[in-house]
Amino acid sequence: MGFKFTEENLQRIEAVRKKYPTALAAVMPVIYIAQEQNGYLSNEAMEEIASVLSIDKVNVLSVVTFYTMYHTKPMGKYHVQVCTNVSCMLRGGYEIWDQVKGKLGLDHMQVSEDRKFSLEEVECMGACGYAPMLAVNEDYFENLTKEKVEEILDSLK
Amino acid sequence: MERIVLPQIENLNTIDVYLANGGFESAKKALAKTPDEIIDEVKKSGLRGRGGAAFSCGLKWSFMPKTTTKPKYLCINGDESEPGSFKDRQIFEDNPFQLIEGAIITCYAIGAKVAYLYIRGEYHKWIKMMQAAVDIAYEKGFLGEKMKETFGNAFSCDLFIHKGAGAYICGEESSLMNSIEGLRGYPRVKPPFPAQNGLWGNPTTINNVETITNIPAIIKNGWEWFSKIGAPKHPGTILFGISGHVNKPGVYELPSGTLLTELINDVAGGVIGNKKIKCVIPGGSSMPPLRGDKLEGVKMDADSLREVGSAIGTGGVMVMDEDTNLLDVLIRIAHFYHHESCGQCTPCREGTGWMEKTLKRIKQGNGTSKDLDLLCEVANQIEGNTICALGDAAAWPVKFMITRFREEFEQYVKPEVSIPVPNKVHSMRTTTAPLSNLHK
Ligand SMILES: Cc1cc2nc3c(=O)[nH]c(=O)nc-3n(C[C@H](O)[C@H](O)[C@H](O)COP(=O)(O)O)c2cc1C
Ligand code: SF4
Ligand code: FES
Repeated sequence: MGFKFTEENLQRIEAVRKKYPTALAAVMPVIYIAQEQNGYLSNEAMEEIASVLSIDKVNVLSVVTFYTMYHTKPMGKYHVQVCTNVSCMLRGGYEIWDQVKGKLGLDHMQVSEDRKFSLEEVECMGACGYAPMLAVNEDYFENLTKEKVEEILDSLK
Repeated sequence: MERIVLPQIENLNTIDVYLANGGFESAKKALAKTPDEIIDEVKKSGLRGRGGAAFSCGLKWSFMPKTTTKPKYLCINGDESEPGSFKDRQIFEDNPFQLIEGAIITCYAIGAKVAYLYIRGEYHKWIKMMQAAVDIAYEKGFLGEKMKETFGNAFSCDLFIHKGAGAYICGEESSLMNSIEGLRGYPRVKPPFPAQNGLWGNPTTINNVETITNIPAIIKNGWEWFSKIGAPKHPGTILFGISGHVNKPGVYELPSGTLLTELINDVAGGVIGNKKIKCVIPGGSSMPPLRGDKLEGVKMDADSLREVGSAIGTGGVMVMDEDTNLLDVLIRIAHFYHHESCGQCTPCREGTGWMEKTLKRIKQGNGTSKDLDLLCEVANQIEGNTICALGDAAAWPVKFMITRFREEFEQYVKPEVSIPVPNKVHSMRTTTAPLSNLHK
């Protein structure tokens, strides 16, 4: 399947491009735009990124594979991220992790068959004082209890 | 106590309230002086970096070449990925304009026309807040071309936000620059240092978000005022992010040199269930942990913490009560650094893996006290032998956790025994092996 940026996104790319003296430097924001439009970074999407920035495809691939927030496979509609790093762990992060795993029937980096959910055990998210925490897509949920987790997951339709 | 970075003013994150409280007056004042005067002021104030190394801010700025035809850059480090750190996000949320004002003054002082504010990718919400504040600053003529009119000075600068994408290592300054350039976030070999050879090979200064947010207050009230707050050698306030087993975790702005016990017991409401403290990591997960029975009199500033064998780091205080299993904690920390090692240097790439593996083996019940020595040895091999300080960050927790809590770790390992092994050539040969191997 081919991938082409929408007209609106091409304009965003043009604006982003102006923040940097080189085209290569715009690669991270442009990867985000592609991921947002396509859901994940397919080969075609990466080729298109290289093409609109006139950079080598290898540069795109090397950046995509370095950072954990870029996905080369489709994730779920709701990407659930549970932190188990120290501050969260001290306040029950692993219990939350087990609870979410059980409830979704998924393990680290798995996607449900209906593509509704994907799950990731993440490193510290910068919410240590409000632990335990999880994030769904871009939103943080903090000071979790088992009941709250139940509620949050049930609310995702 | 006066707060500098997070003043207790309602809605300070709106431009009207910020302006009503003297917002952008410091920038006006600064731009009427010479850049050298500003650098001097900041140097004399004693402000030290809040991003981990506590290096003198004014001194760092003075390394920027004065005569160069190259463009200069400012990078503001809001990667905030050190486990236990969650303070910069409070600035994005509550006081974004003071950060922007600090960026303007810093750019003027070092002669940069462009500043990049690097914010970790997971902070989507805070990136949006910051971007909204930056947009308003442009609109109102505090950034960009319109600045010239606003401040009546030929100087102008731009501030762009660069969104990270999930890599702890990008908080390391040279890796951060590679990330902005559109490369993998590999740290660079130093020297050359950023002030000579930074972004795209140009002179660059990198400072933490909190460091930069202090600048407008220093310009407003003068270096003498600032230098008298808190610990004389590490003056000012510090944003302490306290987490773990305390009743009121959160971010608190207090003078440097505050007693750690006061921070835990009074400010953060004490330990949950009035339990005893077993261990405190005072500055984010890479800093050497302190024993709970040795916290009396420990002050929270760079020099005091160095004296007791730790470091201030990012001021992220993690408190662990008496029931905490330190082996579990250490395994989690070791896993983190193994996961985040960029893999460029052998000691870090291999060493972090070995430490994690060995600790997990101990957890499975297959370790001996020799493994504890081995772990310390691996840590020593990593320390100081790598391109960037992630190696040290990975080594310290292992080395100091084990040496400072040896009696606890001894409980998790099996005793070493000498057992005779029959040997066809010699009559008897002795070897040492863990007990469990006997049954295999
Ligand atoms: C592995 C590693 C991660 C780091 N992460 C951060 C970070 O998230 N934020 C930060 O401000 N500094 C971080 N630092 C320190 C920076 O390299 C740099 O010293 C700092 O941003 C300088 O700012 P300052 O002088 O204002 O403290 C990190 C260093 C290392 C080695
Ligand atoms: S010390 Fe570790 S993180 Fe730093 S450059 Fe070497 S391998 Fe990479
Ligand atoms: S340890 Fe979970 S957010 Fe920091």
